[in-house]
Amino acid sequence: MKAEVLVGKEKLNSFVVTGTASDLMSDMLRGPTSGSVLLTGLNNIQVIRTSVISGVTAVVLVRNKKPTEEMISHAAEHDLPLLSTPYTMYSACGRLYREGLRGVEKTQSRAQGTNKG
Amino acid sequence: MPQLEKRFEVEPRNFVRAGEASLRVQRTLRDIGFGEHIIRRASVCAYEAEMNIVMYGGKGEIVLTVDPDEIILQINDDGPGIEDIEAALQEGFSTASAEYREMGFGAGMGLPNIKRNADFLDIRSGRNKGVRLKIVFHSKGKQQ
Repeated sequence: MKAEVLVGKEKLNSFVVTGTASDLMSDMLRGPTSGSVLLTGLNNIQVIRTSVISGVTAVVLVRNKKPTEEMISHAAEHDLPLLSTPYTMYSACGRLYREGLRGVEKTQSRAQGTNKG
Repeated sequence: MPQLEKRFEVEPRNFVRAGEASLRVQRTLRDIGFGEHIIRRASVCAYEAEMNIVMYGGKGEIVLTVDPDEIILQINDDGPGIEDIEAALQEGFSTASAEYREMGFGAGMGLPNIKRNADFLDIRSGRNKGVRLKIVFHSKGKQQ
């Protein structure tokens, strides 16, 4: 991904199986996104807060977007890895998919098949 | 007697702090030891409601009550209120400005998503009456 790691270098060996890509925080909150890597072109403090609330594992900003100091310190405070990649959303998703990172659809059908709990 | 009651202020139009009250709700529930799934549902509801207050509401607050069998969120503000609650509960219904949409919000998913995640939702509102939300989650057996 040629990504620059801005927060969470110590977590680079974490095991993740699902990814999601969105610029719409409303969609992120609709889930299921828990445990996923989020790829986004949106670069503001709400990306960090929405990710923490919805249980995202790591955030990757696409198109070389650089987060503000406030975003970096907020991500660090919540132990949320934050990366920036030069690739576009499409290419970044494709690269991760090729490496085995899958979408959240299966999690979704599972979640719909069970009761709230 | 509730086991715990906590009150968090929400300031309208303050996007620098928007979401902080919900993060405190999340942290409180985590400290008590609830399971991740119910924490996510409650945190998402708090956050959707908090963003609604920041974008559209007046001075507001989130009151978190943890009873032995329930987590209760009472989220109130004294803003302009919701004229048509039934419409606001439809997915895609939104009065958001382009500015809010650019921030990734305002897709008309807030209240429907709260309803989806809650075990019980009561909405009291009307023109110039503010909004009073009561959101309940059955938590019996969901502490780790």
